[in-house]
Amino acid sequence: MPETAIRELTFAQAVREALAEEMRRDPRVCIFGEDVAEAGTPFKVLSGLVEEFGSERVLDTPISEAGFTGMGVGAAMTGLRPVVDIMFGDFLTLTMDQLVNQAAKVHYMSGGTWKVPMVLRTTLGATRRSAAQHSQSLHAWLCHVPGLKVAMPSTPYDAKGLLKTAIRDDNPVIFFEDKMMYKQKGAVPAEDYTIPFGVADVKREGEDITLVATSSMVEVALGAAKLLEGAGISAEVVDPRTMWPLDEKTLVESAKKTSRAIVIDEGYGRYGVTGEIASVIAEGAFFNLEAPVKRMGAMHVPIPFSPPLEDLTVPTEQTVFDAARALCGQA
Amino acid sequence: MKTITDPAKTDNPVAAELGLRLYRQMVRIRLFEEQVNELYTRALMPGLAHLYIGEEAVAVGICEALKNTDYVTSTHRGHGHCLAKGATPDRMFAELLGKEAGYCRGKGGSMHIADPATGNLGANAIVGGSAGIATGAALTAKRLKTDQVAVCFFGEGALGQGVLYEVMNLASLYKLPVIYVCENNLYTEYTHFSETTAGDILLRGTAFGVHGESVDGQDVRAVHAVAQKLVGRARRGEGPSLLLSNTYRYTGHHVGDINREYYRSKQEEQEWKTKRDPIKNMGEWLAGQKLADRSALEKIESEVREEMKTAVEFAIAAPYPGVEEVDQDVYA
Ligand SMILES: Cc1ncc(C[n+]2csc(CCOP(=O)(O)OP(=O)(O)O)c2C)c(N)n1
Repeated sequence: MPETAIRELTFAQAVREALAEEMRRDPRVCIFGEDVAEAGTPFKVLSGLVEEFGSERVLDTPISEAGFTGMGVGAAMTGLRPVVDIMFGDFLTLTMDQLVNQAAKVHYMSGGTWKVPMVLRTTLGATRRSAAQHSQSLHAWLCHVPGLKVAMPSTPYDAKGLLKTAIRDDNPVIFFEDKMMYKQKGAVPAEDYTIPFGVADVKREGEDITLVATSSMVEVALGAAKLLEGAGISAEVVDPRTMWPLDEKTLVESAKKTSRAIVIDEGYGRYGVTGEIASVIAEGAFFNLEAPVKRMGAMHVPIPFSPPLEDLTVPTEQTVFDAARALCGQA
Repeated sequence: MKTITDPAKTDNPVAAELGLRLYRQMVRIRLFEEQVNELYTRALMPGLAHLYIGEEAVAVGICEALKNTDYVTSTHRGHGHCLAKGATPDRMFAELLGKEAGYCRGKGGSMHIADPATGNLGANAIVGGSAGIATGAALTAKRLKTDQVAVCFFGEGALGQGVLYEVMNLASLYKLPVIYVCENNLYTEYTHFSETTAGDILLRGTAFGVHGESVDGQDVRAVHAVAQKLVGRARRGEGPSLLLSNTYRYTGHHVGDINREYYRSKQEEQEWKTKRDPIKNMGEWLAGQKLADRSALEKIESEVREEMKTAVEFAIAAPYPGVEEVDQDVYA
């Protein structure tokens, strides 16, 4: 295959390829986490890496999230570039002191002396029937903390490019993957490329309304945009790709152009990512807006197990479609 | 390490009635889990199913030494604890299928069943997540002088969680009536415990002054005998203990974990199943002691089979919760 060939990879394969390429490029890059080696994680994202890089660089840990995340911080400060694997985003709760009080602050508190070039990969997303402790999207918590960067790819292409950037970044980066997306396929170049942080991607151009969507919600927004097309509404879909740094300019410009915006994210609506982005748009595009910016996120409940209830808790193509029509005065 | 409790040497002769009850309870868990496997593979059960098959003697031996009012906390592999503590299979299956008749109105599912009526404070999908809860229940029992004890079931994977050691220290300081039961089934998800566990497990408790014992978790009489001893200590105010139960899960980490050869051999599985099956061995012991004949054991099995079949039918026919249920009970 020629160097520049575009292949179809799954999201999981794109993540694995980014890791493998970075591990080949830089011997300091290593992985720790539960069942990351032979098992390749329960989602099989890391399959094959231990065979190529050995069990010192792909290190199976005990079920000690606080401990090995802290180990990641210390290792990052002293010469390694760890990629810490937290199987379910729900288990971030166990790592919070290490991330919030340690990783996020070390550089600043040391007057810029120490650096923490660590990536923490984890998952988000409901609708897998996994109930309240395996379905949360807790990324907003990390976005709140100065010193952390937060990336949330929505396609295999973005996953590879953003993960490479994350690994090369000298700051702690929290990298969220939608676990429902691992098998989704998309075009991914075989060659080395990176995607800079803080650059949003317009996934679809439109004129009448801006749908800002993150991670799992990008597909939902694109689906809604198709439905809206049938209703004569042209929707633009913008994916910020990194929550921090945030590409405020692209968001504001899109809203200025279309004059309406809905922000859709799988985290909780209250005090969440959607609130932040909505206020960025409201502040930046106020005089061009024809309607208040609307937020759509997870319902403010623990995610229920029962399928018919769980399905009510996250935005869908239909609920986004309905909200967009209402905002455009069509309801 | 303490030596394995030898039932022959305990002064706890198991009466025929108790023996048959232990046997029946184990059969109930086994056949319940076989139904779960069936429901799951027929795509009738959503989510994940972590089966307790092979480990029945641990839950049964311990829960039969508890009163209905005593507390247990459980794990993601919790159906056995739940049944052994007295829950009924119909409402359990209903919960597993997300139905309104379930113990948690379908909102918890397999990994979160709880039942106040039988002292079950809940299964838990966070490894080690219930260590604090069990310890807190023991604190209440002590403060309110209720004479209850709390049992915290956890897999050996939870030995990796720092919270376990924090609560052991607390329980020892305050002499709480709590028993930490480590179910060492040899594997976390896909990793042998020797690769994740350094040193001696019981000594971890010893360091905090927590009394430690280990037991053959495939021998229900041995588990029951040691449980009675530890429950007695707890009730007398002698403080917490750590019980290491050596056991084995026969099936995958969850039902979908089919190809397991990369982490354990078929031969190993076969050996546990044929030589150390808790139900088979208890059946043979009952027969050998002339406490029950073959037909009595077969009768138990067919009765339980019928019980489970009826319970599954109930659950399948039961309705889902109404949509208005979704935002109920977020706050008390
Ligand atoms: C804090 C936390 N980390 C990781 C997981 C994912 N996980 C679920 S079960 C499991 C293995 C648990 O092993 P063990 O405690 O020995 O129980 P077993 O499954 O063997 O019964 C893991 C890692 C989790 N649920 N919670």
